[in-house]
Amino acid sequence: MSTNKSKPMKKPHLKSISNTSPDPTPEEMKQLYRDMLLIRRFEEKAGQLYGMGLIGGFCHLYIGQEAVVTGINSVQLEQDTVVTTYRDHGHMLAKGMHPRGVMAELTGRAGGYSRGKGGSMHMFSQEKGFYGGHGIVGASTAIGTGLAFTHKYKGDGGVAVSYMGDGSANQGQVAECYNMAALWKLPCLYVIENNQYGMGTSVKRSSAGQLYSRGSGFGIPGEQVDGMDVFTVQSAARQALDYVRSGNGPYILEVMTYRYRGHSMSDPAKYRTKEEVEDMKENRDPIANLRVKMLTEAGVTEDSLKAVEKEIKEIVNDAADFATSSPELPPEELWTDILIEVA
Amino acid sequence: MPTHILMPALSPTMTEGNLARWMKNEGDTVKAGDVLAEIETDKATMEVEAVDEGIMGKILIPAGTQSVAVNTPIAVLVDEGESLGEDTRAGTVDIPCVPQSKTMPDSPVATQMVGQPAGKAIKNRDILYAQGAVIEPPIFDEAKFFTSTTQKTVREALRDAMAEEMRADDKVYIMGEEVAEYNGAYKVTQGLLDEFGAKRVIDTPITEHGFAGLAVGSAMSGLKPIVEFMTMNFAMQAIDHIINSAAKTLYMAGGQLGCPIVFRGPNGAAARVAAQHSQCFASWYAHVPGLKVVSPWSSSDAAGLIKAAIRDPNPVVVLENELMYGQSFDVPTDPDYVIPIGRAKIERAGKDVTIVAFSIMVGKALKASEKLSEMGIDAEVINLRTIRPLDRYTILESVKKTGRIVTCEEGWPFAGIGAEIAALIGEHAFDYLDAPLARVHAADVPLPYAANLEALALPQVDEIIHAAKKVCYAS
Repeated sequence: MSTNKSKPMKKPHLKSISNTSPDPTPEEMKQLYRDMLLIRRFEEKAGQLYGMGLIGGFCHLYIGQEAVVTGINSVQLEQDTVVTTYRDHGHMLAKGMHPRGVMAELTGRAGGYSRGKGGSMHMFSQEKGFYGGHGIVGASTAIGTGLAFTHKYKGDGGVAVSYMGDGSANQGQVAECYNMAALWKLPCLYVIENNQYGMGTSVKRSSAGQLYSRGSGFGIPGEQVDGMDVFTVQSAARQALDYVRSGNGPYILEVMTYRYRGHSMSDPAKYRTKEEVEDMKENRDPIANLRVKMLTEAGVTEDSLKAVEKEIKEIVNDAADFATSSPELPPEELWTDILIEVA
Repeated sequence: MPTHILMPALSPTMTEGNLARWMKNEGDTVKAGDVLAEIETDKATMEVEAVDEGIMGKILIPAGTQSVAVNTPIAVLVDEGESLGEDTRAGTVDIPCVPQSKTMPDSPVATQMVGQPAGKAIKNRDILYAQGAVIEPPIFDEAKFFTSTTQKTVREALRDAMAEEMRADDKVYIMGEEVAEYNGAYKVTQGLLDEFGAKRVIDTPITEHGFAGLAVGSAMSGLKPIVEFMTMNFAMQAIDHIINSAAKTLYMAGGQLGCPIVFRGPNGAAARVAAQHSQCFASWYAHVPGLKVVSPWSSSDAAGLIKAAIRDPNPVVVLENELMYGQSFDVPTDPDYVIPIGRAKIERAGKDVTIVAFSIMVGKALKASEKLSEMGIDAEVINLRTIRPLDRYTILESVKKTGRIVTCEEGWPFAGIGAEIAALIGEHAFDYLDAPLARVHAADVPLPYAANLEALALPQVDEIIHAAKKVCYAS
């Protein structure tokens, strides 16, 4: 898929992203496959547990979008921070958070990252540099800009990767943040995961112009890339992160992706055709396509992939077992964590 | 006819200013729009431009004169060939009546130290509070700090306290509209840019929603932001981040990730700035678990509470008052004068009726108590200082003693702070009451601009007196 770019108003600086990344080794390809498959299988399991009544409330699955977070995360540095909206399970797994802790949060148990108090949309891990998990569309973009502010203030060389959906891109505070991030040259990579529907409203019906070029008035370069191919995402992210880390200020990466499931578990997704969804699954699936590529071009054996698949299955089953056997918090925990007690 | 040039009011709350410099000398020709003089207000130095043409006949107030009241004639402008006539002495002409701000600063305001229970160290105070418990306030020996004091305006007290905290902790920074190069829209941040530089004193675009969220993100990741809203009215644009992003995060994270941040700015009515710029947000923020809300009245309140807010690991909303910024009070010199959040102060001990107030209403309550005293009613005045967690204990102990209570606030009555205190009294001190509680509050209308209507809408000293007499069944 070709890439579109919006040039910054004054200083066009972007080189073409093609052929800038080193060819991935079979081991690197397997790692990407493994990371994407973990998200896919984890989300499928979460869907099952939801159907069994073990997960409640809103549950927004990431199935179909795995290449986005996997590709970007694969080229981040340890000190980089991440924040996203409510479709956040994949981001946490990519950031290295434990599947047990994520799944147990979905089931609302004490073993969850937020000990069951946050749920699907509200999980955090300072240790892993993951700052949520936010349920208010647009809010995470401002928080991500604040993470970038901290990186700059501390001078720690980190970049904040601030994810949003195509729906978020229309929030006023997103434009406010573009302005401040550009003005103060904050190290922030804005990733717009354009899965083409903000709940039931297609981008065509909600958004004027192009999302990747929304920063051009602020001098923020933007680029639209194919999010169904993990290498394309990886390559674009590598270049974007370099640009941001070098002190040039923010960058907007619009990643064209697709969610196979509804907006949330309760969404019948009648706003799109079955054919559209089937076409994406059949022809564009990032995991299936990578698998074929590895087998046909990289000399990876079927057996070694089956071993990966088995390992993932075990991890996910273990997470589900943990999440369904972890206890609920005792009643007195209703009252804790409202405030940090001042000695 | 010679024209008198009057000392102008250069802000809604200005009552006097210093005549810093004359830009025209006697005998100079003056055209409309020429700069005549520089006037220093408590907030800024401003240029005064000529409205009329003529010749500078006489300068009545020399450069360097301090505290020139608004509307004082400062110079006389004459037409060419015209004599000055007789009437050139300052202060001898009739001045067209311009309504004065009804809260003339009476500085300095003396506060007294009233004996008050020491308080108690209690574990899990926040949990008990959430469960509705009435617990003794935190320990605080305030009197000891008042052995060494210096006089400061509320504005200076806030600034100095923030500067001290910024010196002590390099993670503390301040962000907001006009906080840096302009030195603060209300001059609260005067001099901070010079001392701490642009990295830590940051002018933002006019973008409250965005910068509040940005500051929250920076607080989650290890910094300690002070967010100044030019007025709390503008924080309504940012209220999603204050509540959804700042207040709820710790709970949603199961206690793992906090948000140490201060949101501050002037709250309530100023003077003649009408409905969109005049609103008390105390009950809005106090409604929210996960937030602390403080509201200083005096300079010492301001110093001690802003420090507590900055040092607190939780999000704290500091509701200041523009009309109080210029008033002077004694402030302890000890840099560790930190008022515990959750502790009210008994400003005046009394036995007949309890008057509970916060922010600017404390001064009005104290004035009312003086007049009530003349009528033989001995009022106890409680300065809440903290709105959330409310010092239920101190209020209840007072009511148990007096049997009567009047609440005062600048906010609207519905679901207001007075309503909350009424519920508290109903639940915990019903049997102690000798009369129904009375609430003094703003009229339940958007604040009008017209001077007469504004005065009617805002709670005044007389209303407190009236309410206190009513609950005392005094005629």
